[in-house]
Amino acid sequence: MKGPFQAVPVTDKVYWVGAVDWDIRDFHGYATSRGTTYNAYLVMADKPTLIDTVKAPFADEMLARIRSVCDPKSIRYVVSNHSEMDHSGALPQALALIQPEKVLASAMGVKALQAHFHWDVPVQAVKDGETLDLGGERLTFMETRMVHWPDSMFSYLQGAGVLFSNDGFGMHLASARRFDDETPERFVEAAKYYANILLPFSDIVLALLDKVAKSGLPLKLIAPDHGPVWRREPERIVSLWAEWARQKPRNKAVVVFDTMWGSTDKLGRAAAEGLVQAGVETLVMPLRGNHRSDVATELLEAGAILVGSPTINKQLFPTVADLLSYLKGLRRKNLTGAAFGSYGWGGESIKLAQDALTEMGVATVEPVKCQYVPDAAALDAAHALGQKVAAKLKEALR
Amino acid sequence: MKKYVCTPCGYVYDPAAGDPEHGVPPGTPWEQVPADWVCPVCGVGKDMFEPES
Repeated sequence: MKGPFQAVPVTDKVYWVGAVDWDIRDFHGYATSRGTTYNAYLVMADKPTLIDTVKAPFADEMLARIRSVCDPKSIRYVVSNHSEMDHSGALPQALALIQPEKVLASAMGVKALQAHFHWDVPVQAVKDGETLDLGGERLTFMETRMVHWPDSMFSYLQGAGVLFSNDGFGMHLASARRFDDETPERFVEAAKYYANILLPFSDIVLALLDKVAKSGLPLKLIAPDHGPVWRREPERIVSLWAEWARQKPRNKAVVVFDTMWGSTDKLGRAAAEGLVQAGVETLVMPLRGNHRSDVATELLEAGAILVGSPTINKQLFPTVADLLSYLKGLRRKNLTGAAFGSYGWGGESIKLAQDALTEMGVATVEPVKCQYVPDAAALDAAHALGQKVAAKLKEALR
Repeated sequence: MKKYVCTPCGYVYDPAAGDPEHGVPPGTPWEQVPADWVCPVCGVGKDMFEPES
Protein backbone atom coordinates (compact mmCIF):
# COMPACT_ATOMS: atom_id res chain seq x y z
CA MET A 1 0.00 0.00 0.00
CA LYS A 2 1.46 3.35 -1.04
CA GLY A 3 0.42 6.50 0.76
CA PRO A 4 2.13 9.87 1.08
CA PHE A 5 4.52 8.63 3.81
CA GLN A 6 6.99 6.17 2.31
CA ALA A 7 10.04 4.33 3.52
CA VAL A 8 13.48 5.35 2.25
CA PRO A 9 15.84 2.53 1.26
CA VAL A 10 19.15 2.61 3.13
CA THR A 11 20.43 -0.69 1.65
CA ASP A 12 18.61 -3.35 -0.34
CA LYS A 13 17.32 -4.82 2.96
CA VAL A 14 17.21 -1.84 5.30
CA TYR A 15 14.62 0.95 5.17
CA TRP A 16 14.32 4.21 7.06
CA VAL A 17 10.79 4.32 8.50
CA GLY A 18 11.14 7.25 10.89
CA ALA A 19 9.49 10.64 11.24
CA VAL A 20 10.54 14.24 10.77
CA ASP A 21 9.74 16.71 13.55
CA TRP A 22 9.90 20.05 11.77
CA ASP A 23 8.37 21.92 14.74
CA ILE A 24 10.39 21.13 17.80
CA ARG A 25 12.54 23.99 19.09
CA ASP A 26 13.04 22.93 22.72
CA PHE A 27 14.24 19.38 23.22
CA HIS A 28 14.36 19.03 27.02
CA GLY A 29 16.19 22.33 27.30
CA TYR A 30 18.35 21.93 24.20
CA ALA A 31 17.49 24.52 21.52
CA THR A 32 16.75 22.44 18.44
CA SER A 33 16.74 25.40 16.10
CA ARG A 34 16.47 23.17 13.03
CA GLY A 35 14.03 20.59 14.47
CA THR A 36 14.89 16.89 14.51
CA THR A 37 14.10 13.45 13.16
CA TYR A 38 13.23 10.26 14.99
CA ASN A 39 14.72 7.45 12.93
CA ALA A 40 13.33 3.94 13.01
CA TYR A 41 14.64 1.23 10.71
CA LEU A 42 13.07 -1.83 9.15
CA VAL A 43 15.29 -4.80 8.26
CA MET A 44 13.60 -6.96 5.63
CA ALA A 45 14.87 -10.47 6.47
CA ASP A 46 12.79 -13.66 6.64
CA LYS A 47 11.81 -12.35 10.06
CA PRO A 48 11.22 -8.65 9.38
CA THR A 49 12.68 -6.63 12.23
CA LEU A 50 11.89 -3.12 13.42
CA ILE A 51 14.72 -1.27 15.14
CA ASP A 52 13.50 1.48 17.46
CA THR A 53 10.39 3.58 16.98
CA VAL A 54 9.58 7.29 17.11
CA LYS A 55 8.15 9.83 19.54
CA ALA A 56 4.53 8.93 20.37
CA PRO A 57 2.73 11.62 18.29
CA PHE A 58 4.54 10.35 15.18
CA ALA A 59 3.47 6.70 15.48
CA ASP A 60 1.08 6.93 12.51
CA GLU A 61 3.77 8.45 10.29
CA MET A 62 6.13 5.58 11.15
CA LEU A 63 3.45 2.93 10.60
CA ALA A 64 2.54 4.47 7.23
CA ARG A 65 6.17 4.31 6.11
CA ILE A 66 6.37 0.67 7.26
CA ARG A 67 3.21 -0.11 5.24
CA SER A 68 4.93 1.16 2.10
CA VAL A 69 7.31 -1.82 2.47
CA CYS A 70 5.36 -4.55 4.27
CA ASP A 71 2.32 -5.30 6.35
CA PRO A 72 3.28 -4.20 9.89
CA LYS A 73 1.78 -7.45 11.18
CA SER A 74 4.50 -9.36 9.30
CA ILE A 75 7.20 -7.82 11.54
CA ARG A 76 8.48 -10.57 13.83
CA TYR A 77 11.08 -8.86 16.00
CA VAL A 78 11.12 -5.40 17.52
CA VAL A 79 14.41 -4.14 18.97
CA SER A 80 14.55 -1.23 21.41
CA ASN A 81 18.08 0.16 21.47
CA HIS A 82 17.11 2.95 23.89
CA SER A 83 14.09 3.49 26.11
CA GLU A 84 14.04 7.30 25.97
CA MET A 85 10.62 8.39 24.79
CA ASP A 86 11.71 9.94 21.50
CA HIS A 87 12.53 6.36 20.44
CA SER A 88 10.13 4.29 22.53
CA GLY A 89 7.08 6.55 22.66
CA ALA A 90 5.41 4.82 19.70
CA LEU A 91 6.25 1.31 20.98
CA PRO A 92 2.95 0.61 22.76
CA GLN A 93 0.89 1.58 19.69
CA ALA A 94 3.24 -0.26 17.32
CA LEU A 95 3.35 -3.44 19.43
CA ALA A 96 -0.43 -3.52 19.76
CA LEU A 97 -0.66 -3.60 15.97
CA ILE A 98 2.39 -5.70 15.12
CA GLN A 99 2.06 -8.44 17.77
CA PRO A 100 5.69 -9.54 17.24
CA GLU A 101 7.20 -12.83 18.38
CA LYS A 102 9.83 -11.03 20.38
CA VAL A 103 10.59 -7.60 21.77
CA LEU A 104 14.28 -7.23 22.60
CA ALA A 105 16.28 -4.73 24.66
CA SER A 106 19.38 -4.65 26.84
CA ALA A 107 19.02 -5.90 30.42
CA MET A 108 18.84 -2.31 31.65
CA GLY A 109 16.49 -1.53 28.75
CA VAL A 110 14.01 -4.17 29.92
CA LYS A 111 13.86 -2.42 33.31
CA ALA A 112 13.71 1.07 31.84
CA LEU A 113 10.89 0.19 29.41
CA GLN A 114 8.93 -1.30 32.31
CA ALA A 115 9.51 1.89 34.33
CA HIS A 116 8.20 3.96 31.42
CA PHE A 117 5.18 1.97 30.30
CA HIS A 118 4.20 -0.11 33.36
CA TRP A 119 3.03 -2.73 30.91
CA ASP A 120 2.67 -6.49 30.71
CA VAL A 121 4.69 -6.85 27.47
CA PRO A 122 7.41 -9.48 27.88
CA VAL A 123 10.70 -7.97 26.75
CA GLN A 124 13.65 -10.29 26.22
CA ALA A 125 17.00 -9.09 27.54
CA VAL A 126 19.88 -9.54 25.11
CA LYS A 127 23.48 -9.80 26.21
CA ASP A 128 26.43 -7.77 25.01
CA GLY A 129 27.76 -9.54 21.91
CA GLU A 130 24.69 -11.75 21.46
CA THR A 131 23.57 -12.36 17.86
CA LEU A 132 19.98 -12.77 16.74
CA ASP A 133 19.23 -14.75 13.58
CA LEU A 134 16.63 -12.85 11.55
CA GLY A 135 16.51 -15.55 8.88
CA GLY A 136 19.07 -14.70 6.23
CA GLU A 137 20.41 -11.79 8.25
CA ARG A 138 22.17 -11.59 11.60
CA LEU A 139 21.90 -8.78 14.11
CA THR A 140 24.52 -8.46 16.85
CA PHE A 141 23.89 -6.39 19.98
CA MET A 142 26.44 -4.26 21.77
CA GLU A 143 25.79 -2.74 25.19
CA THR A 144 26.68 0.95 25.30
CA ARG A 145 25.88 1.79 28.89
CA MET A 146 25.84 5.53 29.61
CA VAL A 147 26.18 6.41 25.94
CA HIS A 148 24.05 7.99 26.95
CA TRP A 149 21.63 6.16 29.27
CA PRO A 150 22.15 2.95 31.28
CA ASP A 151 19.92 1.05 28.83
CA SER A 152 21.54 2.28 25.60
CA MET A 153 22.78 -0.28 23.09
CA PHE A 154 23.85 -0.55 19.47
CA SER A 155 22.65 -3.20 17.02
CA TYR A 156 24.88 -4.26 14.14
CA LEU A 157 23.66 -5.88 10.95
CA GLN A 158 26.32 -8.37 9.85
CA GLY A 159 27.19 -8.55 6.18
CA ALA A 160 25.74 -5.19 5.18
CA GLY A 161 27.84 -3.67 7.98
CA VAL A 162 25.14 -1.32 9.26
CA LEU A 163 25.57 0.00 12.79
CA PHE A 164 22.24 1.05 14.28
CA SER A 165 23.80 3.39 16.76
CA ASN A 166 20.74 4.86 18.42
CA ASP A 167 21.73 8.27 19.82
CA GLY A 168 25.35 7.59 18.94
CA PHE A 169 26.61 9.78 16.07
CA GLY A 170 23.23 11.53 15.88
CA MET A 171 22.16 15.14 15.55
CA HIS A 172 19.00 17.18 15.79
CA LEU A 173 18.21 18.27 12.27
CA ALA A 174 14.83 18.12 10.55
CA SER A 175 15.41 17.44 6.90
CA ALA A 176 13.90 15.75 3.89
CA ARG A 177 17.37 14.39 3.17
CA ARG A 178 18.37 11.10 4.75
CA PHE A 179 22.13 10.87 4.15
CA ASP A 180 25.27 12.65 5.34
CA ASP A 181 26.50 13.60 1.87
CA GLU A 182 23.25 15.48 1.25
CA THR A 183 23.49 17.37 4.55
CA PRO A 184 25.86 20.36 4.61
CA GLU A 185 24.94 21.22 8.23
CA ARG A 186 26.04 17.81 9.49
CA PHE A 187 29.17 18.67 11.44
CA VAL A 188 27.77 21.79 13.12
CA GLU A 189 24.71 19.93 14.34
CA ALA A 190 26.69 16.79 15.26
CA ALA A 191 28.98 18.95 17.41
CA LYS A 192 26.02 20.56 19.12
CA TYR A 193 24.54 17.13 19.83
CA TYR A 194 27.82 15.83 21.27
CA ALA A 195 28.34 18.96 23.38
CA ASN A 196 24.87 18.87 24.90
CA ILE A 197 24.14 15.15 25.20
CA LEU A 198 27.34 13.11 25.22
CA LEU A 199 29.99 15.35 26.75
CA PRO A 200 29.53 14.18 30.38
CA PHE A 201 30.13 10.59 29.26
CA SER A 202 33.28 11.31 27.26
CA ASP A 203 35.49 8.78 29.09
CA ILE A 204 32.90 6.08 28.42
CA VAL A 205 32.63 7.23 24.79
CA LEU A 206 36.39 6.79 24.35
CA ALA A 207 36.24 3.29 25.87
CA LEU A 208 33.32 2.42 23.59
CA LEU A 209 35.04 3.69 20.44
CA ASP A 210 38.04 1.59 21.42
CA LYS A 211 35.80 -1.45 21.90
CA VAL A 212 34.15 -0.92 18.49
CA ALA A 213 37.56 -0.54 16.81
CA LYS A 214 38.88 -3.71 18.50
CA SER A 215 35.78 -5.66 17.46
CA GLY A 216 37.01 -5.33 13.87
CA LEU A 217 33.43 -4.92 12.66
CA PRO A 218 33.46 -2.95 9.40
CA LEU A 219 31.23 0.12 9.72
CA LYS A 220 29.96 0.52 6.19
CA LEU A 221 26.97 2.57 7.28
CA ILE A 222 26.14 4.23 10.58
CA ALA A 223 22.40 4.63 11.04
CA PRO A 224 21.64 6.78 14.09
CA ASP A 225 18.19 7.57 15.52
CA HIS A 226 18.46 11.33 14.86
CA GLY A 227 19.65 13.07 11.72
CA PRO A 228 21.22 11.61 8.59
CA VAL A 229 22.63 8.14 7.94
CA TRP A 230 26.42 8.27 7.58
CA ARG A 231 27.08 6.50 4.29
CA ARG A 232 29.83 8.52 2.61
CA GLU A 233 32.17 8.96 5.55
CA PRO A 234 31.10 7.02 8.64
CA GLU A 235 34.73 7.01 9.82
CA ARG A 236 34.75 10.83 9.89
CA ILE A 237 32.04 11.11 12.55
CA VAL A 238 33.71 8.38 14.61
CA SER A 239 37.00 10.28 14.59
CA LEU A 240 35.24 13.56 15.41
CA TRP A 241 33.60 11.92 18.40
CA ALA A 242 37.00 10.73 19.61
CA GLU A 243 38.38 14.24 19.22
CA TRP A 244 35.46 15.84 21.09
CA ALA A 245 35.65 13.20 23.83
CA ARG A 246 39.32 14.01 24.47
CA GLN A 247 38.34 17.63 25.21
CA LYS A 248 41.70 19.15 24.37
CA PRO A 249 41.66 22.89 24.99
CA ARG A 250 41.83 25.18 21.94
CA ASN A 251 42.84 28.78 21.48
CA LYS A 252 39.29 30.05 21.79
CA ALA A 253 37.38 31.81 24.57
CA VAL A 254 33.69 32.23 25.23
CA VAL A 255 32.64 35.34 27.18
CA VAL A 256 29.15 34.78 28.52
CA PHE A 257 27.13 37.07 30.75
CA ASP A 258 23.84 38.70 31.53
CA THR A 259 23.39 42.25 32.67
CA MET A 260 20.90 44.43 34.60
CA TRP A 261 21.84 48.00 33.62
CA GLY A 262 24.56 47.33 31.08
CA SER A 263 27.54 47.39 33.48
CA THR A 264 28.38 43.68 33.42
CA ASP A 265 27.92 43.88 29.66
CA LYS A 266 30.57 46.63 29.47
CA LEU A 267 32.98 44.58 31.58
CA GLY A 268 32.41 41.55 29.35
CA ARG A 269 33.12 43.48 26.17
CA ALA A 270 36.30 44.96 27.67
CA ALA A 271 37.47 41.50 28.78
CA ALA A 272 36.76 40.19 25.28
CA GLU A 273 38.98 42.93 23.80
CA GLY A 274 41.77 41.78 26.12
CA LEU A 275 41.41 38.21 24.85
CA VAL A 276 41.26 39.23 21.19
CA GLN A 277 44.33 41.47 21.52
CA ALA A 278 46.20 38.54 23.09
CA GLY A 279 45.45 36.48 19.99
CA VAL A 280 42.61 34.32 21.33
CA GLU A 281 39.67 33.59 19.06
CA THR A 282 36.83 35.08 21.11
CA LEU A 283 33.07 34.80 21.07
CA VAL A 284 30.85 37.11 23.16
CA MET A 285 27.56 35.48 24.10
CA PRO A 286 25.15 37.69 26.08
CA LEU A 287 22.56 35.34 27.57
CA ARG A 288 19.56 37.40 26.46
CA GLY A 289 20.48 36.51 22.90
CA ASN A 290 22.15 33.12 23.27
CA HIS A 291 20.72 29.84 24.47
CA ARG A 292 22.50 27.74 27.11
CA SER A 293 22.84 24.88 24.62
CA ASP A 294 24.59 27.16 22.11
CA VAL A 295 27.04 28.26 24.80
CA ALA A 296 27.73 24.58 25.56
CA THR A 297 28.31 23.97 21.84
CA GLU A 298 30.81 26.81 21.52
CA LEU A 299 32.69 25.53 24.58
CA LEU A 300 33.17 22.12 22.93
CA GLU A 301 36.00 23.48 20.83
CA ALA A 302 37.17 26.24 23.20
CA GLY A 303 39.77 26.51 25.94
CA ALA A 304 38.49 29.35 28.12
CA ILE A 305 35.28 30.67 29.62
CA LEU A 306 34.59 34.01 31.26
CA VAL A 307 31.31 34.25 33.12
CA GLY A 308 29.77 37.58 34.08
CA SER A 309 26.89 38.05 36.47
CA PRO A 310 25.46 41.08 38.20
CA THR A 311 24.34 40.56 41.79
CA ILE A 312 20.60 40.47 42.32
CA ASN A 313 19.34 40.01 45.87
CA LYS A 314 22.69 38.46 46.89
CA GLN A 315 22.41 35.85 44.13
CA LEU A 316 23.59 35.11 40.64
CA PHE A 317 21.47 36.58 37.88
CA PRO A 318 18.92 33.81 37.11
CA THR A 319 20.05 33.19 33.52
CA VAL A 320 23.67 32.84 34.69
CA ALA A 321 22.63 30.42 37.45
CA ASP A 322 20.79 28.41 34.81
CA LEU A 323 23.85 28.31 32.57
CA LEU A 324 26.26 27.35 35.34
CA SER A 325 24.00 24.54 36.54
CA TYR A 326 23.75 23.26 32.96
CA LEU A 327 27.50 23.48 32.31
CA LYS A 328 28.35 21.83 35.62
CA GLY A 329 26.29 18.82 34.53
CA LEU A 330 28.08 18.65 31.18
CA ARG A 331 31.45 18.39 32.96
CA ARG A 332 33.59 20.02 30.27
CA LYS A 333 37.22 19.41 31.18
CA ASN A 334 40.41 21.39 30.61
CA LEU A 335 39.06 24.94 30.65
CA THR A 336 40.69 28.13 31.89
CA GLY A 337 38.57 31.06 33.04
CA ALA A 338 37.30 33.62 35.52
CA ALA A 339 34.18 35.37 36.74
CA PHE A 340 33.37 39.07 36.56
CA GLY A 341 30.43 41.32 37.26
CA SER A 342 28.95 44.54 38.46
CA TYR A 343 27.10 44.96 41.74
CA GLY A 344 25.39 47.60 43.83
CA TRP A 345 26.30 46.68 47.40
CA GLY A 346 26.86 42.98 48.29
CA GLY A 347 28.64 41.66 45.16
CA GLU A 348 27.94 38.04 46.07
CA SER A 349 27.33 36.91 42.47
CA ILE A 350 30.96 37.26 41.43
CA LYS A 351 32.12 34.88 44.15
CA LEU A 352 29.24 32.51 43.40
CA ALA A 353 30.20 32.40 39.70
CA GLN A 354 33.89 32.00 40.48
CA ASP A 355 33.13 29.19 42.96
CA ALA A 356 30.96 27.47 40.37
CA LEU A 357 33.79 27.60 37.85
CA THR A 358 36.25 26.24 40.41
CA GLU A 359 33.85 23.43 41.24
CA MET A 360 33.64 22.61 37.53
CA GLY A 361 37.41 22.19 37.51
CA VAL A 362 38.12 25.37 35.55
CA ALA A 363 41.64 26.70 36.15
CA THR A 364 40.83 30.24 37.23
CA VAL A 365 42.48 33.62 37.60
CA GLU A 366 41.27 36.22 40.12
CA PRO A 367 37.80 37.55 39.25
CA VAL A 368 37.03 41.21 38.54
CA LYS A 369 34.17 43.08 40.14
CA CYS A 370 33.00 46.63 39.91
CA GLN A 371 30.49 48.66 41.94
CA TYR A 372 27.66 50.14 39.88
CA VAL A 373 28.86 51.53 36.54
CA PRO A 374 32.42 50.78 35.41
CA ASP A 375 34.74 53.76 35.07
CA ALA A 376 37.89 53.74 32.94
CA ALA A 377 39.87 51.94 35.68
CA ALA A 378 37.23 49.20 36.00
CA LEU A 379 37.18 48.71 32.24
CA ASP A 380 40.98 48.47 32.27
CA ALA A 381 40.73 45.82 35.01
CA ALA A 382 38.27 43.83 32.87
CA HIS A 383 40.55 44.21 29.86
CA ALA A 384 43.46 42.95 31.98
CA LEU A 385 41.29 40.03 33.11
CA GLY A 386 40.89 39.02 29.48
CA GLN A 387 44.65 39.21 29.00
CA LYS A 388 45.35 37.18 32.16
CA VAL A 389 42.96 34.45 31.06
CA ALA A 390 44.61 34.51 27.63
CA ALA A 391 48.05 34.08 29.22
CA LYS A 392 46.87 31.19 31.37
CA LEU A 393 45.19 29.58 28.36
CA LYS A 394 48.42 29.84 26.36
CA GLU A 395 50.19 27.95 29.17
CA ALA A 396 47.53 25.24 29.04
CA LEU A 397 47.94 24.98 25.27
CA ARG A 398 51.69 24.43 25.46
CA MET B 1 33.13 -10.91 49.79
CA LYS B 2 29.79 -9.51 48.75
CA LYS B 3 29.31 -7.77 45.40
CA TYR B 4 27.35 -4.54 45.08
CA VAL B 5 25.23 -3.42 42.12
CA CYS B 6 24.78 0.17 40.94
CA THR B 7 21.00 0.61 40.79
CA PRO B 8 20.93 3.24 38.00
CA CYS B 9 23.31 1.57 35.55
CA GLY B 10 23.79 -2.03 36.63
CA TYR B 11 27.58 -1.89 37.13
CA VAL B 12 28.71 -4.56 39.59
CA TYR B 13 31.42 -3.76 42.13
CA ASP B 14 33.39 -6.95 42.66
CA PRO B 15 35.68 -6.68 45.72
CA ALA B 16 38.03 -9.28 44.23
CA ALA B 17 38.63 -7.01 41.21
CA GLY B 18 38.30 -3.65 43.01
CA ASP B 19 38.48 -0.57 40.78
CA PRO B 20 42.24 -0.03 40.46
CA GLU B 21 41.82 2.62 37.75
CA HIS B 22 40.12 4.78 40.36
CA GLY B 23 42.33 4.01 43.31
CA VAL B 24 40.55 0.98 44.75
CA PRO B 25 42.95 -1.99 44.81
CA PRO B 26 41.76 -5.56 44.14
CA GLY B 27 40.60 -7.23 47.33
CA THR B 28 38.95 -4.12 48.80
CA PRO B 29 35.67 -5.04 50.53
CA TRP B 30 32.72 -2.73 49.87
CA GLU B 31 32.88 -1.25 53.37
CA GLN B 32 36.44 -0.07 52.75
CA VAL B 33 35.78 1.52 49.37
CA PRO B 34 36.29 5.28 50.00
CA ALA B 35 33.11 7.28 50.68
CA ASP B 36 33.86 9.62 47.78
CA TRP B 37 34.32 6.81 45.25
CA VAL B 38 31.76 6.94 42.43
CA CYS B 39 30.44 4.38 39.98
CA PRO B 40 33.03 4.19 37.17
CA VAL B 41 30.25 3.76 34.61
CA CYS B 42 27.58 6.32 35.48
CA GLY B 43 29.12 8.46 38.22
CA VAL B 44 26.66 8.04 41.12
CA GLY B 45 27.84 7.68 44.73
CA LYS B 46 28.07 4.61 46.98
CA ASP B 47 24.61 5.31 48.41
CA MET B 48 23.08 4.27 45.07
CA PHE B 49 24.50 0.73 45.31
CA GLU B 50 22.70 -2.31 46.65
CA PRO B 51 24.05 -5.72 47.67
CA GLU B 52 23.83 -8.16 44.77
CA SER B 53 20.94 -10.56 45.26
